[in-house]
Order: sequence, then structure tokens, then C-alpha cells
Amino acid sequence: MTVDSYRYLPRSMKTMYEATPVSDEPVAWTPLPRPLNRCSIALMTSAGIFLKDSQAGFDEEREWANPQWGDPTYRAIPSDVRQEQVSCSHLHISHEDLLEDVDVVLPIRAFKALETEGRIGSLAGEHYSFMGYQDRRLLDWRNTQGPELAARLKERKVDVLLLAPA
Amino acid sequence: MLARLIESLGIPTVTVTMMPELALKMRAPRVVGVEFPFGHSFGTPHNDALMLQVARAACEALEEAGAPGYRLDVETEWPVPLEVAYKTWHPPRPSPVVAQMLKSRGPG
Repeated sequence: MTVDSYRYLPRSMKTMYEATPVSDEPVAWTPLPRPLNRCSIALMTSAGIFLKDSQAGFDEEREWANPQWGDPTYRAIPSDVRQEQVSCSHLHISHEDLLEDVDVVLPIRAFKALETEGRIGSLAGEHYSFMGYQDRRLLDWRNTQGPELAARLKERKVDVLLLAPA
Repeated sequence: MLARLIESLGIPTVTVTMMPELALKMRAPRVVGVEFPFGHSFGTPHNDALMLQVARAACEALEEAGAPGYRLDVETEWPVPLEVAYKTWHPPRPSPVVAQMLKSRGPG
């Protein structure tokens, strides 16, 4: 089975994405530093989740004022997050299922199970969330958030980042 | 594409996405494709078997990929009929950019 990348999109958007050219940016490649069963893995979702008691949501007001803009910040989500702590600010997807079970976008239970069985070295202590509707040039991410996040991962001795666009 | 950026900063990445074709165009180094509705990269609520299957595919991609442009598709169909899933992934009201587009088209 080959995944149809446009199955859940309206036809106009399918046409637009099909016509998107291949990026002219250079490819990037960093090999795993050690076998997977010794790697620490962190997860990152673009579902716009945040901890409702201790973090601000993503800036929906500014996006309504300027629909071409998307909040470029991110939030750290701990591995022991409880469902009732989770909220979501993302204007482009339904929140219903992820507010019932956040693992549909941030699969902590699955990776904990893989850690227990020794498939991966460990699941990192914190994961990351941002709101996936971003400036296409990713200027803030290139200049600020990206380097900051990479440094944060290295400081925590995280070997691999799994990204899950929502 | 964020994966390319993070990878260029020295962290290996794997991207689990509903749009693997686009992710490869954006130079994501290792891609796992899922034919799931948006907002559900790993499955339906409380379906731990499906979440684990996708997580295992991500592990396989991390181990098997030897060069940028690697793609592995998960061989699972979404457990909800297309006509239902297509409608339910959308937000309750159009996003700002879609609302702007609809407004600019005008009535009819």
C-alpha cells in the first residue's frame, strides 16, 4: 500500500501541494550516534497542545488578525503529562480526539512500551509542541527556535527527535 | 521543513506524516507515511495497538534509512469510513486563512 498524501484534503489543496516543487535547500543528514536500543528519543507534535495550568496557549488572536501568520513558539510537555492537563490552540484541526487521548498526536505510551521492551534506549523526559501553521520560510525557527531547541535536546542528551506534523 | 532544519543542527529526525510526498519535497530526511486524517498522526483515541504499530515503523525507519529521502509507509487503513473521517478532522469553524479565502471569493 502506498499512502495517498492528499486523501483527506479538498481537491484545490491537493492540486496546490502536488504542484509544490522540491525544495532547493540542501539535504541534511545526521546519522544515529549509537544503536537505536541505546538512543534517547524525544517527540514533537505540531498539534498546538499546551499545559493549561502552567503555559500560555498559542496566539490565536494574532492569527485571526493576520491569517498569514502562525505562532512560531513551542512548549515543553513532560513525559508524565496527564490528560486533564492538556489543552490545545490550533485553528486548523479538530481538537476532539486529542483532548480525549493526547497520545493520538504525542504517543508517549507507545514509546514507553518500546523503552520497556528494549527497542529504544529511553524516552526523553520532555517533549515538544508547536502550532503547525507556520510561516513557510520558517524564519523564526531558523533564527531562534530551531537552534534553541537543538541546544536543549543536546543538553538533555537526546539522540533523536521524532516529528509528527498534525 | 522543520525536520531538515533540526537535522542540519545535528539531531537525527524521523517524521511521521499524513503527507509523505510533501515531506520528501521539503527535504525531511526520514519519512514514515500514514494515511490518517489530520490531527491523528498515531491513530484513534485509546487504540494503543495502532499507536504502537506506527511507533515501530518510526523505529524501523531510524534503523533502515541510510541516506536522505527515505520513506516507509504504514500499511494500515484508517478504521473510520472516509466520508466520516474527512469531515471530522476539520475544525468547527474555518481557520483564519480559509475564512479569508472564502470571503475573497464572495457569495456563490
